[in-house]
Amino acid sequence: MSLDKATVRKIAYLARIRVPDDALDGLARELNHIIGWVEQLNEVDTTGVEPMASVVDIRLPKRADEVSDGGIAGEVLKNAPEPVVAPGADGGFFAVPKVVE
Amino acid sequence: MSYLVKGERGDWEAVVGLEVHAQIVSNAKLFSGAATQFGAAPNTQVSLVDAAMPGMLPVLNGHCVAQAVRTGLGLKAKINTRSVFERKNYFYPDLPHGYQISQYSQPIVGEGAVLLDMADGSTRTIGIERLHMEQDAGKSLHDQDPNRTFIDLNRAGVALMEIVSRPDIRSPEEAGLYLRKLRSILRYLGTCDGNMEEGSMRADVNVSVRPKGSNELRTRAEVKNVNSVRFVMQAIEAEAARQVAVYDAGGQVTQETRLYDSDAGETRPMRIKEFAHDYRYFPDPDLLPLVLTDEYIRKIEADLPELPDAKKQRFIADYGLSPYDAQVLAAERETANYFERVAKGRDAKQAANWVTGVLFAHVNETGKSIDASPIGPEALGQLLDLINAGTISGRIAKEVFADMAATGKPAKDIVAARGLTQISDAGAIEVAVDKVIAANPKQAADVRAGKAKTIGWLVGQVMKATGGKANPQMVNELLKRKLGG
Amino acid sequence: MTALTGLSIAAVRDGLAERDFTALELAREHLRSIEKARHLNAFITETPEIALARAKESDARRAKGKALGPMDGVPIAIKDLFCTASVPTTAGSHILDGFTPTYESTVTAKLKAAGAVMLGKTNMDEFAMGSSNMTSYHGPVKNPWRPKGREKRDKNLVPGGSSGGSAAAVAAGLAPAAIGTDTGGSIRQPASFCGIVGMKPTYGRCSRWGIVAFASSLDQAGPFARSVEDTAILLAAMAGHDPKDSTSAPVAVPDFQAALKKSAKGLKVGIPKEYTMDGMPAAIDALWKRGVAWMQAQGAECREVSLPHTAYALPTYYIVAPAEASSNLARYDGVRFGLRVDEGGTLDEMYAATRGEGFGAEVRRRVLIGTYVLSAGYYDAYYLKAQKVRALIAEDFRKAFEAVDVLLTPTAPSAAFAIGDKMDDPVAMYLNDVFTVPASLAGLPAISLPAGLDADGLPLGLHLIAKPFDEETLFRAAAALEEACSFDAHPPGFGGSP
Repeated sequence: MSLDKATVRKIAYLARIRVPDDALDGLARELNHIIGWVEQLNEVDTTGVEPMASVVDIRLPKRADEVSDGGIAGEVLKNAPEPVVAPGADGGFFAVPKVVE
Repeated sequence: MSYLVKGERGDWEAVVGLEVHAQIVSNAKLFSGAATQFGAAPNTQVSLVDAAMPGMLPVLNGHCVAQAVRTGLGLKAKINTRSVFERKNYFYPDLPHGYQISQYSQPIVGEGAVLLDMADGSTRTIGIERLHMEQDAGKSLHDQDPNRTFIDLNRAGVALMEIVSRPDIRSPEEAGLYLRKLRSILRYLGTCDGNMEEGSMRADVNVSVRPKGSNELRTRAEVKNVNSVRFVMQAIEAEAARQVAVYDAGGQVTQETRLYDSDAGETRPMRIKEFAHDYRYFPDPDLLPLVLTDEYIRKIEADLPELPDAKKQRFIADYGLSPYDAQVLAAERETANYFERVAKGRDAKQAANWVTGVLFAHVNETGKSIDASPIGPEALGQLLDLINAGTISGRIAKEVFADMAATGKPAKDIVAARGLTQISDAGAIEVAVDKVIAANPKQAADVRAGKAKTIGWLVGQVMKATGGKANPQMVNELLKRKLGG
Repeated sequence: MTALTGLSIAAVRDGLAERDFTALELAREHLRSIEKARHLNAFITETPEIALARAKESDARRAKGKALGPMDGVPIAIKDLFCTASVPTTAGSHILDGFTPTYESTVTAKLKAAGAVMLGKTNMDEFAMGSSNMTSYHGPVKNPWRPKGREKRDKNLVPGGSSGGSAAAVAAGLAPAAIGTDTGGSIRQPASFCGIVGMKPTYGRCSRWGIVAFASSLDQAGPFARSVEDTAILLAAMAGHDPKDSTSAPVAVPDFQAALKKSAKGLKVGIPKEYTMDGMPAAIDALWKRGVAWMQAQGAECREVSLPHTAYALPTYYIVAPAEASSNLARYDGVRFGLRVDEGGTLDEMYAATRGEGFGAEVRRRVLIGTYVLSAGYYDAYYLKAQKVRALIAEDFRKAFEAVDVLLTPTAPSAAFAIGDKMDDPVAMYLNDVFTVPASLAGLPAISLPAGLDADGLPLGLHLIAKPFDEETLFRAAAALEEACSFDAHPPGFGGSP
């Protein structure tokens, strides 16, 4: 399965990573090389094999339904590039370029 | 009678499936300990986990699992003992991780059914395909600033159940019944409060159309995030009509996501181009498969309340109610409990009439719940006792009820204070009847002449003269006797 | 030049107890060495104020007779992948510019509670993706080891990766110990390149909470030190169940140090035949055979075992790890922390510009590979297939461990190579992990210890793998091997020596 420039562009969009147009060919070559290399897995017969579901042999732990977190708007917004103080001064918002729905 | 959309060259059927997102009733979120209360100041109910800070990890809220299992059992559905949380990957500002933890290929609940009580008394079954747990996203506010969208993550990570129906729904009416029934079941179970205005229950409506009589499944469009039963019904009508028009014009319906504009009464496409809906689902490596034991499921099953369908059947069987009355009373758990307390040791049909009639009207006016009414079931029962003992007439009882609602006083006290005790003394009634006959010779003559209807008017006059307190049956009988009707 | 740098944790522990020196003196000496060794670029952020404050606190505790334990007062270096409260944390990436966590990772919180003295945050491959430390936004790290011989002497070598800074710091005597993370070999391989001990515990032994995630089903925190005993001491302070991490194992932390005292007599050591690879350098092969002989001399029984799917471990890893990473790194979007590149366009453009500028080439490659192998139409052929092969690899180990207690292999297919090498071909770089990756895929505990020098005088490591949660046997075997190989070489300038 070979990746062409258009596919790389599509994947880069899915991953939201801007790749300059003049870098697409080189990137396609690299990715093809890696994909070509990992394809050797096709040599392995995996009929009837269950995919590994968990590396560690334990049950999924569950927590109690208690409010034990939150109320830390200051911390949550501390590293924001563009925090906005809420009009009521309690809490605040993250701001991003306008999205049109 | 099936719902049809008239096209240019024939009739079309609507094929509708509903995906309901129901917020799970819980104190904390699905994978974090932040609170879930509606209406808090922005970003004050957000843990570092919800904000997707580097290195944060999810831990599953056990209560949410139990709520999902409860719901599955209430939908008569198969509980899957092994289910897997998967990541649904996409970029959106209200999705801080860049993925939503959901369940895709192995949901916690499988196939089930919801019974609709149709208006004509019949029932119709709508299949449930699956129910799975997932995180809610945060909120984007687009109207706070001309150039910026503001993000509030309070809702991000709140536990949702996504309940997916089979495309068995065929009309707006059925969709309305389905949503109301689903909400009723969820409220019975206490797993979701079904409050569509606050957003704790939302519906995505999948609509396609096909020529009447055909079995094909054509391309469907999805109308997202409709937040009232009425709008769901309107959206179906609008979208079905739109699709028929598209086909009539020789076009094709595209699979797309649309929004319902209630002001315009039409659906329109969402502007975000959701091209490459490639969510790249894969099992969340921060979690393990969820394995439930049979014992765990049995325990939850044993704890289920009597649900609306069973309650309705019991009301019909034990109280002799009509299916319609039974269904109305069983729709909400609080109402059903109220009714049963009134009906205990009394005439069930009378109790049903009073609850569904006078009491409902009063409750609707106050806008509060039946449990918040100042007239409790015992108080209403006493009122009925007074009627049945002949102490007051049914009409007077309605006045007394209004007083009870206003003052919270017991019926007995109001009747005594206002001297509303029914006059059942034959002598007193006769005096009043004679007076009225004497005062209204023309009408009396009419009755004697055979105009039976005028008796009603004369009864009315006697009731007026006695301040409404005369026993109306006795008045009627006496008038008939005296006027030879 | 002082004798204070170059001490083991055990010697520090004893020296502090004996009042031979104070934690403050120790911290000052190490901070001075760090200053003098800045050309190595082992640290991204030095934290002298924190170090001195913690050292003073340690001395104060000790004065009151309330010393906390063996790590109290011990200076350590921390890989910049661990979130440390109020200290910038970069993960070696431009995209985390300016990010200062308000929270502390569980592992570093435990070390702090044990009295460890943080000297600084060490350099690393960006987002832990690499085997050379060359992908760091903050520049490469120089291995303190230099090759012998006129022509090669001026060559700067890589320390290995991704925990290159931590390994270099310990090797150069800038810290007695350091912590790193190991996803496919990121502790063990740099330990081998730097001539020190590095260990990856069983998956689930240490908490991942607060560690910037690369590949969730593979990442594990682990210790670097200059002796097996030291790594056991450090691991004991790092390990333990964390309810905030759903993959953290609710198992007790055994007494690792006690395990060191057991002899290797009767230990069954497996030698996996598939680890003999075409083109394996003679020096590595020779060292491996010497390792077998050493273990036998220590009373262990060595036998050949088979791990038939070994050759498929690297390609499996390079599907699973990038897939998980592509999802884990989606949160780096310029919205809530770190770099934001807003050119006045749409939100999508902001995402793309931020991530395009913020991620380096290797991270970009892996995120794209990961996105591809999870995408519609390819999930079954790649990701699902890889998870099946992974299950087979784990099963290979399970079967082998029915017959033996530990496995012995080389750590890396070469000694440290030159900075700038292997950059033309990403796959050539991936091959560095050929011996370490299988144990990662199976979640097994593994350790690398320095066992010999190659013809250029560069260190080579030997690698031991044990059963899940059997770090005790791992330490037992490693202690025996360490004793047998008596490796005592040091890079130039180590411990302040010329």
